Amino acid sequence: MDRIPILRMGKFLLVTIQVDLYDRLALTLEADLVQMVSKTNAKGLLIDISAVSIVDSFMGRIIGNIAGMSKILDAQTVLVGMQPAVAITLIELGLPLKGVYTALNMEKGMKLLTSMIDDFDDDVAEEADDIIVE
Amino acid sequence: MSKDVFDVVRDQDVVFVKRRIQETAIKVKMGLVNQTRVITAASEILRNMLRYANGGKCIIEVVTSGRNNGVRVTFADKGPGIPDINLAMKDGYSTGKSLGLGLPGTKRLVNEFDIQSKVGEGTTVTILKWANG
Repeated sequence: MDRIPILRMGKFLLVTIQVDLYDRLALTLEADLVQMVSKTNAKGLLIDISAVSIVDSFMGRIIGNIAGMSKILDAQTVLVGMQPAVAITLIELGLPLKGVYTALNMEKGMKLLTSMIDDFDDDVAEEADDIIVE
Repeated sequence: MSKDVFDVVRDQDVVFVKRRIQETAIKVKMGLVNQTRVITAASEILRNMLRYANGGKCIIEVVTSGRNNGVRVTFADKGPGIPDINLAMKDGYSTGKSLGLGLPGTKRLVNEFDIQSKVGEGTTVTILKWANG
């Protein structure tokens, strides 16, 4: 079965969605990510959707679910790289993605994630700082 | 006038049909935002068709009115049908586990939206998006 790879980077998990998502693939990603957060003690989740041209109500719900489930497991989620046309469509569809943090690109998303975790736990932030190569 | 008919029975068929809609939209010189709107709209209907009717047929057509070109997509299934269309078109209403944005959200994304349904016979949804609309 198709799977979207999840990369581990220190306290963070990185996911770059490079394919057209269909429902089962999205559900598998949701389950895999939540499992990985628990298994790796990840404090942050960065999801890059810059290559995704369509986000419909189901996909939007999955994104919201991932953020919500991770939050309960003490991990923050930042969604990065949304295409302008996708943002327009989501709002018109009636899905404002409340409660999901977003950033324009990977770099800004990583900064946001690091600063969010910084507020909660200084040790974690120190480790995370080492990861970002300026 | 081109007219393509596709069977939609599996999850992966959706990916294929969406790509064909995009190709058709590009052919009528539709902008990126409108392309995204019509494909997202189709995505919602295709999911409903798979979930509630175990699939159906999808017809993609180019339509012309005066100087305006557009894409019309018809989704026809032989599923259980929708007993109360007005209720199904209401924001936040769902018999399944979804958010209930599908049908009303889809209507907001396209220029023309038509739904016909008979209980026990099936449902036909038609959406139309103009290239500059």
